[in-house]
Amino acid sequence: MTGALSKVYFFLIGLFLALPMIVVAGVSVNEKQTLAFPPKGFSLSWYGEIFLNPEWRNALFASLTLAILSAALAVAIALPLAWFLWRRIAPWANIFQLLGIAPFTLPPVITALGLLTFWATTGFYGQPWTAVVSHAIFFVTLPLVTLSLGFTAIDRSLVEAAATMGADDKTIFRTVVLPLILPYIVSGYAFAFVLSLNEYIVAYMTVGFTMETLPIKIFNALRYGYTPTMASVTILFVVTAAVIFSLVARFGDLPKLLGAMSSDDT
Amino acid sequence: MRREAPQKLGDYGPLFFPAMMLIVFFVVPFATMIAVSFFQRQQGGFYVPAFELANYQRFLSLFFANVLGFSLMLAVTVAICCVVLAVPFTYLLTRMARKVQIVWLVALLSVLSLSEVIIGFAWSTLFSRTAGITNLLVMAGIMSEAKALLPSFGAVLTGMVYQAFPYTVLVLYPALVRLDPTLTEAARTLGASPVKAFFTVVIPALRNTITATLIMVFIFALGSYLLPQLLGRPQHWTLSVLITDQAIYQSNMPFAAAMAVFLVLVTLGLVALTVLAGRKGDAA
Repeated sequence: MTGALSKVYFFLIGLFLALPMIVVAGVSVNEKQTLAFPPKGFSLSWYGEIFLNPEWRNALFASLTLAILSAALAVAIALPLAWFLWRRIAPWANIFQLLGIAPFTLPPVITALGLLTFWATTGFYGQPWTAVVSHAIFFVTLPLVTLSLGFTAIDRSLVEAAATMGADDKTIFRTVVLPLILPYIVSGYAFAFVLSLNEYIVAYMTVGFTMETLPIKIFNALRYGYTPTMASVTILFVVTAAVIFSLVARFGDLPKLLGAMSSDDT
Repeated sequence: MRREAPQKLGDYGPLFFPAMMLIVFFVVPFATMIAVSFFQRQQGGFYVPAFELANYQRFLSLFFANVLGFSLMLAVTVAICCVVLAVPFTYLLTRMARKVQIVWLVALLSVLSLSEVIIGFAWSTLFSRTAGITNLLVMAGIMSEAKALLPSFGAVLTGMVYQAFPYTVLVLYPALVRLDPTLTEAARTLGASPVKAFFTVVIPALRNTITATLIMVFIFALGSYLLPQLLGRPQHWTLSVLITDQAIYQSNMPFAAAMAVFLVLVTLGLVALTVLAGRKGDAA
């Protein structure tokens, strides 16, 4: 009885999560430029449009470049910080842990507005690279959290063994720590990458007037009317996110990354 | 290797780059924003350094009080809806096979990573007259003709619950997955039904987690900057929407900055208040 009830409950939640995507997927295969569901006719041309129409293609390219670079920078900031906090006893350094988590915890408008006033004051407003730095700071929380988790999972006796045999800090990091922490670097990068790809407000407030990322392009297109390309881009985004997170789950331990015990315990 | 305090200056080396980045690109911008909130606005969207409280005085209006009241009410409603839906969901999820859990977690993460632009677009399509859910109801013969369900408060609330639900589950997940299964087993052995065990054992054991989650989701919902604009009417605009609007479209940076500072203070104040209330509750 209760089993059936929970099945119904899961079905309803699943439906709630999937319904907008089902309708958008339906809209994206309309033959003509109409907003109709169920779709009239069937055509995949709106998916081709993302790559063929120069405006959408440029936005796709801008989004990908931004996500690749900003996620890399976020990891570059998070890795030494997480390593230092794990390696050293320096309580005051925890303030940087807090600073790394704050941008993502505060309402995004605040981080966005802070960066907007900053870039405007320093005179760099509108430069494409400012978006990379802004996203890296905004999303540094994600690699920081996964890496901190990864470091706590390292058995310190392994590192101690290497140290007793005479390895210095650098050698230990390269030969022992790095291989153990690599999965967490990859998943931290993946989280930052997917969120950067989707992010709108920080990108809009920093470079919104000089370049268009895909979310900015969708928003601008929304204001001028409707085109099914928005629907096909949306589906492309959902599928990309699902594929990347599935890969993280395939090669890492997703439940553990999200706070569960490791799979050996259960 | 034992953790040890830094011995020499060189040991601080790894900290240099992250600390510099976070100070220059987070602390300094935050301070810049606070400074700008006291600046004077010039015609044409520029502002000059000054120290005036005019931007803050604008808060003392009925319009602003309404926006603030509505923002808080909306965020509280979203937080309650999400927690009520997510606690049983997450509890049941953590009791499932690990493979099934992974599928759900991937789906939740995928929805969570969607930008507000996309969620707003998807729900405005779903609630529209030509492509909306009402068309399905018409096909099923439940409704006589399709109609638009937005702009409306219900549309804003649905969109925001959709956005915050995956977040709520992921905040609850670590606590629920570590919940001692023997707790419910004991209750079951003593004859409680699963539902009764859930309400009398699981929920009380999670009281602090639930309070913390409510605050987290509340702050998350307070940050929603586009959905009220895309799915609602102007009276459904929240503080976050207003800040974006002032900064981008009205080019009134000092006022936008003042509202942002205010939003930070309101957020931190409410968190502190709730934490304090929680402590008192525990002591009693």
